[in-house]
Amino acid sequence: MQPAVSVKDLKIAYGDHTVIEKLSIDIAPREFLVLLGPSGCGKSTLLNAIAGLQDIRDGEMWISGKNVTWEEPKDRGIGMVFQSYALYPRMTVRRNLSFGLRVAGLPKPEIEARIARTASLLHLDRLLDRRPSELSGGQRQRVAIGRALVREVDVFLFDEPLSNLDAKLRNELRVEIKKLHQSLGNTMIYVTHDQVEALTLADRIAIMRDGVIQQLASPSEIYHRPANLFVAGFIGAPAMNFIKGDISIKAETPVFESNGLAIDLAGYPFLAPVRPGPATLGIRPEHIVPDRGTESLPAITGNVSVIEPMGADTVVWFDWAGQSLSYRIMGDTTLQPGTTISPGLDIAKASLFDADGVRL
Amino acid sequence: MTTLAHPRGAKPSRLSVGRIGLYAFLILSALFFLLPLYTMLVTSLKSMDEIRQGHVFALPDTLDFSAWKTAWSGACMGTQCLGVRIGFWNSVKITVPAVVISVSIGAINGYALSLWRPKGSNLLFGLLMAGGLIPYQIFLYPLVRLLADLSLYNSVAGVVLVHVIFGLPLVTLLFRNYFVAIPEELCKAARVDGAGFWRIFLEIMLPMSVPMVMVASIFQFTGIWNDFLIGLVFAGRDNLPMTVQLNNIVNTTMGERTYNMNMAATILTAVVPLAIYFFSGRWFLRGVAAGAVKG
Repeated sequence: MQPAVSVKDLKIAYGDHTVIEKLSIDIAPREFLVLLGPSGCGKSTLLNAIAGLQDIRDGEMWISGKNVTWEEPKDRGIGMVFQSYALYPRMTVRRNLSFGLRVAGLPKPEIEARIARTASLLHLDRLLDRRPSELSGGQRQRVAIGRALVREVDVFLFDEPLSNLDAKLRNELRVEIKKLHQSLGNTMIYVTHDQVEALTLADRIAIMRDGVIQQLASPSEIYHRPANLFVAGFIGAPAMNFIKGDISIKAETPVFESNGLAIDLAGYPFLAPVRPGPATLGIRPEHIVPDRGTESLPAITGNVSVIEPMGADTVVWFDWAGQSLSYRIMGDTTLQPGTTISPGLDIAKASLFDADGVRL
Repeated sequence: MTTLAHPRGAKPSRLSVGRIGLYAFLILSALFFLLPLYTMLVTSLKSMDEIRQGHVFALPDTLDFSAWKTAWSGACMGTQCLGVRIGFWNSVKITVPAVVISVSIGAINGYALSLWRPKGSNLLFGLLMAGGLIPYQIFLYPLVRLLADLSLYNSVAGVVLVHVIFGLPLVTLLFRNYFVAIPEELCKAARVDGAGFWRIFLEIMLPMSVPMVMVASIFQFTGIWNDFLIGLVFAGRDNLPMTVQLNNIVNTTMGERTYNMNMAATILTAVVPLAIYFFSGRWFLRGVAAGAVKG
């Protein structure tokens, strides 16, 4: 199948400073791709390059089977939503929505029809004659989304559209965007630094650092099988626990050793035949099991330092070998700081990384 | 015995001695600065006989508007006795196009320099500002030569051109600083919508910058209206602006000095910028504040 958007060997630089060295990515039609990464990782730059708002040094850009590398933004068949909404302040909502269509010289009835469709889809009907300054943040962002939708294009680009909203509105609009994608079925590329948005919205997530895609995979794959230490540490809250140690082979079974802890790795799904050497064991808070029960999980013993009740669940922090580790339990706990505990580690769900941080 | 009030609710305002002193000082200062205007006004309404009595601050016995009439349509400049109205219309012919052109070009400059930043735009802006800092007396002679070569010397078009050139640094600076605060994403959104350089400027940026257009226009209008030197040097005999003509009228020494007429002519000359300050004080203050914070 022909990709909806295809970036080939993209290079972006400001003067001598290279932001993106050589990046290629294919995005399938109807796919929701999230570009995720810390600020300054080049994700917005990449999005702007796809939109044609960013000069590139090298590479090609294909949208809907057309080479648009040298095309103006308006000719690329894209709609874009910005973090600051970027609504035209002196125009009413109606004129904001129709601006692009008027520039394109569409006939009036067509413009009216498109505005009516978009307004009802986004519940903007009653706001059409207001100015942006008379709208709330959430309404403004809906207008901004509407301005992209009226263009009726194949590809929508979102540049951190929810970052300026408060937490409650962010959740509401997130769900709205997801519904919108399900009902419209357009290709969407969405930039964010918020991992919750990425995990909930994406069909695939591209995690970026320093202009390089670290892992491109489904949210579940990224969460459960991070490709490297950076991805493992970036995704998940509270963050994944990391224990530094060594892998050695004892009686033909790989064993992870660290500070007196010896963990049998027979249950770990290695990607390649294992070799002894330094390694990092990463385990998510929910994969440390407080009650080992009948399963013979390797135990780790420490003292409870802090209890963080979060409502639905509780995060327990404990000290082990001078390091703070956390695990998550459902509901409340009667544990008190200072108590000695020895929860078990679910090694089958853990991640192991070699000395270079690459998944084993 | 009075009970001490328990602090609750809005804090009561109190008029302290310091406050009263402050207000007294402010009122006195205001009166002091209004005094010349008052003197001019009463003098212009007096007859020459009354003026000769020397009571400068006294109100006129009878209101006599004849000095105003003479000032407007009969005051003599040399041997020509047509009043300041000639200069008034000359000033209008010079100021209006100069303001419109300099504000328009300045707005476009500021927009291009802040939101499009073409190659070398910083250098261009720096040069423009440097040009604005050099005292313009230095430019006078070269400009006279230049305009003479262009056959614009001694013409309204020539003065307008000179005013536009000297006004551009300030107006460009004002607009650049105004547009620099506008999020870049607005420009990007408009580009995605298919708008180009001029469309973004005319349909999005210009409607947003109405306050700055007002401020720049006021700055330029008062500056150009009050100008003396450029008008004197470049306008030529037939196009002298009101300020130059006023000077010539007041300095015409034939017979008695008609103080009442001089005062009336002076007020007539000052009345346009005064009216602008008066009716646009809000915008003007905003512009001064913008200049203070950002300039």
